[in-house]
Amino acid sequence: MAVIEVDALSKSFGKIKAVCEVTFQVDEGEIFGFLGPNGAGKTTTINMLCTLVRPTAGSATINGFDVIRQRSDVRRSIGLVFQDPALDEYLSAEQNLRFHAYAYNVPPDIREERITEALQLVELLDRRKSKVRTFSGGMKRRLEIARGLLHNPKVLFMDEPTLGLDPQTRRHIWDYVLALRKQIHLTIFLTTHYLDEAENCDRIGIIDRGRIVALDTPDNLKDAMGGDVVTLKAGDNEAAARELKEKFSLSPVVKDGDVNFHVPHGEIFLPKLMQNFQTPLISINLRRPTLDDVFLKLTGRAIREEEASGMDQMRRMMAARGRR
Amino acid sequence: MTDLFRATWVVSYRELLRFFAERTRMVSSIFLPLVFLVIFGAGFSRIVGNLAPGVNFIQFVYPGIIAQTVLQGSIFSGISIVWDREFGFLKEILVAPLGRSGIVLGKVSGNAAISVMQGVILLILSPVLGITLTPLIVVELVGVMILLSIALSGLGVLIASRMKSQQGFQMIIQIIIFPLMFLSGIFFPVNNVPTWMAVISKINPVTYGVDAIRRIVLGKELAAIANIPGASSSIGITIFGHTMTVWQDVLVVAAFGAVLLAMAIAFFSRQE
Repeated sequence: MAVIEVDALSKSFGKIKAVCEVTFQVDEGEIFGFLGPNGAGKTTTINMLCTLVRPTAGSATINGFDVIRQRSDVRRSIGLVFQDPALDEYLSAEQNLRFHAYAYNVPPDIREERITEALQLVELLDRRKSKVRTFSGGMKRRLEIARGLLHNPKVLFMDEPTLGLDPQTRRHIWDYVLALRKQIHLTIFLTTHYLDEAENCDRIGIIDRGRIVALDTPDNLKDAMGGDVVTLKAGDNEAAARELKEKFSLSPVVKDGDVNFHVPHGEIFLPKLMQNFQTPLISINLRRPTLDDVFLKLTGRAIREEEASGMDQMRRMMAARGRR
Repeated sequence: MTDLFRATWVVSYRELLRFFAERTRMVSSIFLPLVFLVIFGAGFSRIVGNLAPGVNFIQFVYPGIIAQTVLQGSIFSGISIVWDREFGFLKEILVAPLGRSGIVLGKVSGNAAISVMQGVILLILSPVLGITLTPLIVVELVGVMILLSIALSGLGVLIASRMKSQQGFQMIIQIIIFPLMFLSGIFFPVNNVPTWMAVISKINPVTYGVDAIRRIVLGKELAAIANIPGASSSIGITIFGHTMTVWQDVLVVAAFGAVLLAMAIAFFSRQE
């Protein structure tokens, strides 16, 4: 059964089309990810689904409730972990959760029990009385996940849940998320521009410039690439590409001093290549395709994590400056 | 209706939690009015002398400082919204199943409660200044303070509803709060001033709050000079030859409050 149903959802800011006729469904208990570079429209889509932004066109329902007409019901059905922390740093962990419980009308007789459970789940029980401003980035994120689950939502939205965290903490957050899915059969919708995170999803939608360019399981997306990725360097790359085209009827691409092409069963192809290739070769590399290759093939660009992490750093710096 | 009530309660509950969690704000909010009172009192009382028979400068300025405390505290409702927007917590509030009007009412009532508490603390000083307060006077004062702070919190939210940054908000507030404060009869009577100043004072809602508080606090003193022509009106507000009474002041503040609050809700609800 589909918990999230989105039909031709669009959002324009003036002349800029941030999200353009996006259509997809997410089933109950599924981990669904939006993968794309910064500014692709991921956050705008989430904001529309969680009623923070009004769509320009199209429709969406969550747990059967319309995001435009039944806002309150939608809000009760979802939990949210925002891209930037949305905690009150001057209050304690417990006070933040209690505010949430009041705001979502968690029944008083189970409120305190729920708060304890949620803190236990993310291993913050011993810090329940500490002010949030003393927490590390990873702890804040964990507290936000606990908070998002406090009112028993059907769907948990996570917008870049591990943005700005170190790899170890990222791994840790993912362990929680995967454990949660097992324990409470939660539907999770997340956005990310980290490829390794997208691999954890049951299905991913690749989004670029406001449009979904592909939607499938990570394995199917990679299989659709037409096999393995071979990267070779030759004394004369152009000549090597020409020879590959003529002899093996492949379509190689010469880029950044490398020749790239896809072949099914690369481990069988390589020995054949070695036997009768004329152009002198310097190096050969064979690997399974990654989601980055998928993205590259679909959009002609790489997701470019380096640039993104530069942006994150900038953002964190600005945030730190603002706080002072 | 229950949703509106819940939103009001949960948002104001947090405002109070925040206030008690921030000791510096708590301490400064108590000491700042004292500093004003001591400096203005000591500095001006010898020069100015009695403003009306039996009313010296400190007695005159003391009710004003109470109103000023309420003003400062109420405008904070706006600061707290801008703050929440900047640090992200506003998203948590906006995405919860709480109506926008309830959120505004929560911010307003939370800050009203805080400002009234700050104002009430100042009442403890009254014996030192030679002013006797009865329980009835205290009840009346609390009522007026609540009304005034709701009106001014409404103004704070109204300004904050579109402001994105602390700096921007601080700028606007500086521009607005000084005229509100100095052209309201807190520090000097607004009757004996140039016409332009008198006009601004009389469209300033704070003026009427100050006058109401002053008339309640100095009830006995004002009653004693009621028969001397012009003595009571010299420190009050006169509009077209009519001197405002406490109840008329209260009505004006309530009217301002209703308009400001309605506008605050309308503006705040329209944001995405």
